[in-house]
Amino acid sequence: MGFIDHKEKTVREPLFQIIKRDKDAIKLWKAILIRAIAIFGAFIVISILAWTMMKIDPITFISKMFDGVFGFSTSSNRRIWITVRNLAILLCFAVALAPAFKMKFWNIGAEGQVLMGGLACAACMYYLGGVIPDALVWVIMIVAGILTGIIWAVIPAIFKAFWNTNETLFTLMMNYVAIQLVKFFTDIWVKDGSGTLTTRHLHNIKLPEIGNAYLLPVIVVATLTILMFVYLKYSKHGYELSVVGESENTAKYIGVNVKKVIIRTMALSGAICGIAGILLVGGINGTVNTSTAGGQGFTGIIVAWLGKFNPIYMVLTAFLLVFLNRGTVALNLTNNAFSNIITGIVIFIVLGCEFFIVYKIKLHKKSKHDSTKSNNFISDKSAVTDAQKEET
Amino acid sequence: MKKLLTLALAVLLAVGVTTFVANFSVAKADEKVEPATPVAVAKENIKVGFIFLHDESSTYDLNFIEAARAAAKSIGLNDNQVILRTNVEEGDACYDTAAELADQGCNVIFADSFGHESYMIKAAKEYTNVQFYHATGTRAHTENVANYHNAFAAIYEGRYLAGIAAGMKLNEMIAAEKFTAAEAKMGYVGAFPYAEVVSGYTSFYLGAKSVCPTVTMEVRYTNSWYDLNAEKATAEALIANGCKLISQHADSLGAPSACEEKKVPNVSYNGSTKATGPNTYIVSSKINWEPYMKMIIQASIDGTAIPYDWTGTIATGSVQILELNNAVAAEGTQAAIDAAIEKFEAGTLHVFDTSKFTVKGETLTSYLADVDDLGDFVGETEVIKDGYFHESEFRSAPYFDLRIDGITEVTDTPQNESKGCGGIVGAPAVFGLIALGFVALNKKRNIR
Repeated sequence: MGFIDHKEKTVREPLFQIIKRDKDAIKLWKAILIRAIAIFGAFIVISILAWTMMKIDPITFISKMFDGVFGFSTSSNRRIWITVRNLAILLCFAVALAPAFKMKFWNIGAEGQVLMGGLACAACMYYLGGVIPDALVWVIMIVAGILTGIIWAVIPAIFKAFWNTNETLFTLMMNYVAIQLVKFFTDIWVKDGSGTLTTRHLHNIKLPEIGNAYLLPVIVVATLTILMFVYLKYSKHGYELSVVGESENTAKYIGVNVKKVIIRTMALSGAICGIAGILLVGGINGTVNTSTAGGQGFTGIIVAWLGKFNPIYMVLTAFLLVFLNRGTVALNLTNNAFSNIITGIVIFIVLGCEFFIVYKIKLHKKSKHDSTKSNNFISDKSAVTDAQKEET
Repeated sequence: MKKLLTLALAVLLAVGVTTFVANFSVAKADEKVEPATPVAVAKENIKVGFIFLHDESSTYDLNFIEAARAAAKSIGLNDNQVILRTNVEEGDACYDTAAELADQGCNVIFADSFGHESYMIKAAKEYTNVQFYHATGTRAHTENVANYHNAFAAIYEGRYLAGIAAGMKLNEMIAAEKFTAAEAKMGYVGAFPYAEVVSGYTSFYLGAKSVCPTVTMEVRYTNSWYDLNAEKATAEALIANGCKLISQHADSLGAPSACEEKKVPNVSYNGSTKATGPNTYIVSSKINWEPYMKMIIQASIDGTAIPYDWTGTIATGSVQILELNNAVAAEGTQAAIDAAIEKFEAGTLHVFDTSKFTVKGETLTSYLADVDDLGDFVGETEVIKDGYFHESEFRSAPYFDLRIDGITEVTDTPQNESKGCGGIVGAPAVFGLIALGFVALNKKRNIR
């Protein structure tokens, strides 16, 4: 397309040129328009897929998706509540990951950190439930859950800070350790051998409901999201961690204690993961198992990236993913491959549209004289890395 | 840092101390509520919701999904009247899904996984005019929730029949001098050391023993209901340890494929695995859920009550023996199975006949099983009467958890009492490690 064949004698004009936009050159309405077109286009693509692959006509498909998310066909507003609650939980993962990723610390261990927070919470419920008053159990399990989340996140951070170990592998491995610990404790606690920890084993302890069964996580996560936004944007800590993310040497030069920042940021990340674990185990499920985090530790990364580590944008990206997840449930399929396919396609297209926000495409009018440039595929070789920096 | 450490230690101490405090007991409900009689709903207006743990890629859930479709079809419901929800986790998602289904107008809601139970009960208490049914659960008969029911099948009878086929295959191999009668050992890949699995492998073993008296069996667990690699590895370990025939209670094709590779005969479960093991598959048994699903839907159409706890049998079509692979099975297997079925139906054959097995060298005359499942793990129901262990009679879900002679159980999980200690030792170890981390951190700082 844009390439020029050097062997040809006559220099030809490329059909179009891809130029990196200046920082903040794109107008807000344009950026929004590009994203809206992408989402709209993505929905057209998945509607066609549903039509051809699953024989669901587009109108039924889209209306069922919306029904699955908002529950127009049901007699109560439970579906909206479930959607909002799921959104809050996914957002909680993303909010936890945002500071670490902004620091370019690739924490893919949210899954494990949440599980450990949840496991500690379950341990308090198991050992203390029925022994001391529930209110006291709540306090202890919240403290224990947050602490354990911190511990699980700080271990790889210490290794990264002092011995520069690869945090991606380390946090990933910590996930497996966490999963096995959950299995181990389930075996200990479940004496009938079924391997299923029920709410009854944990003495039916549950955090108090506020308003209805769904509101508590929403309030907690909304608060966390706002606090994180302020922390990242206006606090000194937030500034320090973004400098560490940009360049460790710069950070050292301006007197930032890099080791301290890494450990502190991961402790924060782990603490929020711990809170997610407490919400899942103590507030929602009343039990813990290996799928309590349900892969959201990884989905949370997509949410955080798509939201450019801005907690407010992340609300929108989390909603997109929850929408797809909840929407496909209403399609009455007994094979989840299709819902995974369309989620993948939508994410792909939405991620892809970011290209058009960072770069501008300049169409050439046909002229035979202009031969100043011979290879314009990407005018700036370091454009990709620059683009990432610009986003942060 | 110091504050944090102190806090961690304080929490640890609190946990440690309270662990030693004895378990509190659960109070028994004494008044008995009768199962609800649903209001009759016209066939055109009835709506049925199904909740499945996984999607159809799991053999366990596929068995339920196929049964649900077959039941709806035979009653004549259209697609809009049947809502299937897959990948519903054993957590609050199950309650949410059940409640959503009820909001959508479902009159009958069914869930298929053991871990769904407490959430189904929660939904049943809230939606009293909807009938809730749960497979493999244990609590309906004591919970006194009028619209909540459990079901299972006397699958131990099916296992026994499959065991006969296994024993006859061993006899054939002994006759062909592949190994001696004393070497006749079977291997069993179990999911968890849970009564459902124990009951299954014991009945399988007793079936084999009824035709091959010298047979022994080794059982190993994967500690997962579905883990292809673990099941395959476990089957291979059993074969390496001298097992001449393999059976399993787990949901993947791991064990059958290991058997096919090693050319060891296999008795399957949940569905025919002939396609995976054409040269090794003998026979399979399964629970067919279609009769129960038909029954519960019909009950809401007719407005009749369903018992809290229902056990399917060979007679109801719930316990099935699937296609016998004549290329592998010993001669006369079908005839022997048919003869045993006749005896089951006549009531002259009991799988857990106490004269046919011993526990620690002794014949049992009495055993208290934990049938009520109130979370106390204490047996309270006498289950040995008239010379046999009455399985699935006091409640549908199996409660036979005796370890009988002739079966060796290899388990790598810590056993009951030492288990509690594991937690107490484990927690300080983790905290200790962290403390070390902090110390290292402080030292480093001091040096600088």
